[in-house]
Amino acid sequence: MAAIDTTIIKDTPASPAAAGDYEYVIESKDLCLYYGKTMALKHISMGIRANSITAIIGPSGCGKSTYLRCLNRMNDLVPGVRVTGSSTFKGRNIYDRDVDVVALRKQIGMVFQKPNPFPMSIYDNVAYGPRIHGTRNRQELDRIVEKSLRQAALWDELRDRLQDSALSISGGQQQRLCIARCLAVEPEVLLMDEPASALDPIATSKIEDLMRVLKEKYTIVIVTHNMQQAARVSDRTAFFLMGELIEYDNTRKLFETPSDRRTEDYITGRFG
Amino acid sequence: MSEYSFTGKPVRKVVEKVIESSLLLCALSCILTIFLIILFIITQGMPIILKEGPVDFVLGTTWDPYNDIYNILPMIIGTFVVTLLSLAIAVPLGLGCAMLIAEVAPYQVRGIIRPAIETLAAIPSIIYGLFGLIVLVPFIRDYIVPFARDYIAWMPLVGDLVGAKGNGFGVLAAGVILAVMILPTIISISEDSLRAVPRELREGSLAIGATKWQMITGIVTPAALSGIIAGVVLGMGRAIGETMAVLMVAGNSPIIPTSLLSMTRPMTSAIVLEWNYATGDHQTALFAIGIVLLFVIMILNLIIYLGKRKKLNVARM
Repeated sequence: MAAIDTTIIKDTPASPAAAGDYEYVIESKDLCLYYGKTMALKHISMGIRANSITAIIGPSGCGKSTYLRCLNRMNDLVPGVRVTGSSTFKGRNIYDRDVDVVALRKQIGMVFQKPNPFPMSIYDNVAYGPRIHGTRNRQELDRIVEKSLRQAALWDELRDRLQDSALSISGGQQQRLCIARCLAVEPEVLLMDEPASALDPIATSKIEDLMRVLKEKYTIVIVTHNMQQAARVSDRTAFFLMGELIEYDNTRKLFETPSDRRTEDYITGRFG
Repeated sequence: MSEYSFTGKPVRKVVEKVIESSLLLCALSCILTIFLIILFIITQGMPIILKEGPVDFVLGTTWDPYNDIYNILPMIIGTFVVTLLSLAIAVPLGLGCAMLIAEVAPYQVRGIIRPAIETLAAIPSIIYGLFGLIVLVPFIRDYIVPFARDYIAWMPLVGDLVGAKGNGFGVLAAGVILAVMILPTIISISEDSLRAVPRELREGSLAIGATKWQMITGIVTPAALSGIIAGVVLGMGRAIGETMAVLMVAGNSPIIPTSLLSMTRPMTSAIVLEWNYATGDHQTALFAIGIVLLFVIMILNLIIYLGKRKKLNVARM
């Protein structure tokens, strides 16, 4: 896709996560999550490699989104949620008492199912993150906004409309704007919760192209109900069912020769 | 069964027609009442405005019924100052409170605060007046006035604004009482509009590392702003129109208030106080004050209406 400016991405130094200090950037061990007394995630153990795209698939209600939201502690916002086990980010358990959730979320950004641009200008949307983290200098902000929009393949489309309301652009553009907004705070991991499910096929393919480019620099975890999408973009795929991790393998292997019967049933469309 | 069975019974049709027309009648009587009131006030009050001249009537400083001079600037300023003071107190307080119960406090705390605020709204204004009379006015007289005299009066500007003399009645007492009275309006409408901000926006903000406070001030409050403004304007309308409680604590001398501690006579108080003995032009002048009040309130309502329409446009985008 021509619109994506890959030079920008290659010019910047690789993130520390790419240095390979750890085998897994994110690693969950025996992670359980309870909504009140209901157990929504059952003993999840899986590791996520740097600079790869990891897809999580499964039928509705299988816990895939819940697990994703565990990885940057967005579930803290839900009343009555309790988590046991551990999930590490670069070797540190993010559920430790002394973890600064705000700093954590700066490094593990999240893109949501429904595009959620803030009701302000396109520029201010992208500049929001850097601003709350202390960047005041106008030129510096301009630079970050341009870079982030380029990374999200939006710069050419929106460069003349930066002061327009973010609500005035199309749904697909809004979603890429939300990705740009995440990138502006230079995270290491991008969590994407069904980022294309509200979009048309063309917008979806743009998001997928974008993900392939972004994985050069970022680690991406995507939850999707669209198996073709998982097969198209991801390096590794995890299959969740009823709160359990059933199978986790290279995407090709999982789709072509699944080792668990339930995985096979699901990907061949026998249920779900 | 004949082939005409689906055309329905005429009786049912008549009943429906009757119901429809009586509903229409209800709605019309509402509108009619408003028009009648406006018409009545205007016909009663207009002659004096024309006689004094609209500019003199509104901008003249002398209110002297014995010499037949009716200029209402002192009352307009009285209303304006008291309302402004009450907003200055109630807006930050109310917004803070709304933020607390909408964003910060756990569910149980909200369950306590919310009914308390609703009770505040249900207290009759005469009770507020009594409270002001028995508690607030003596407090201002015994503590605030000496304090202002000893510690604030020497300051340039601020000293003049606060004043150093007073018997407790006046702008400060009226402003504080009004602030408490309009607090429930501001809190409940602000809270509702804060709560109406979609969860996605909150999450989007938190997910890039915003603190809760940054989320509230940077995203949620701006998104809820039109609703918050509607709440403030509604509260303002109530403050302007409030009569009883203000009457009891404002001191009521028809002068232009020069400081927080000086007495004042807002427009509503003027009408009530003088109605009993007013005749002729004097009575007409009181109606004319009513016209001004009505006019101001209608403008405020228009602002809220336009604000709501604008909000709908944004939602449609």
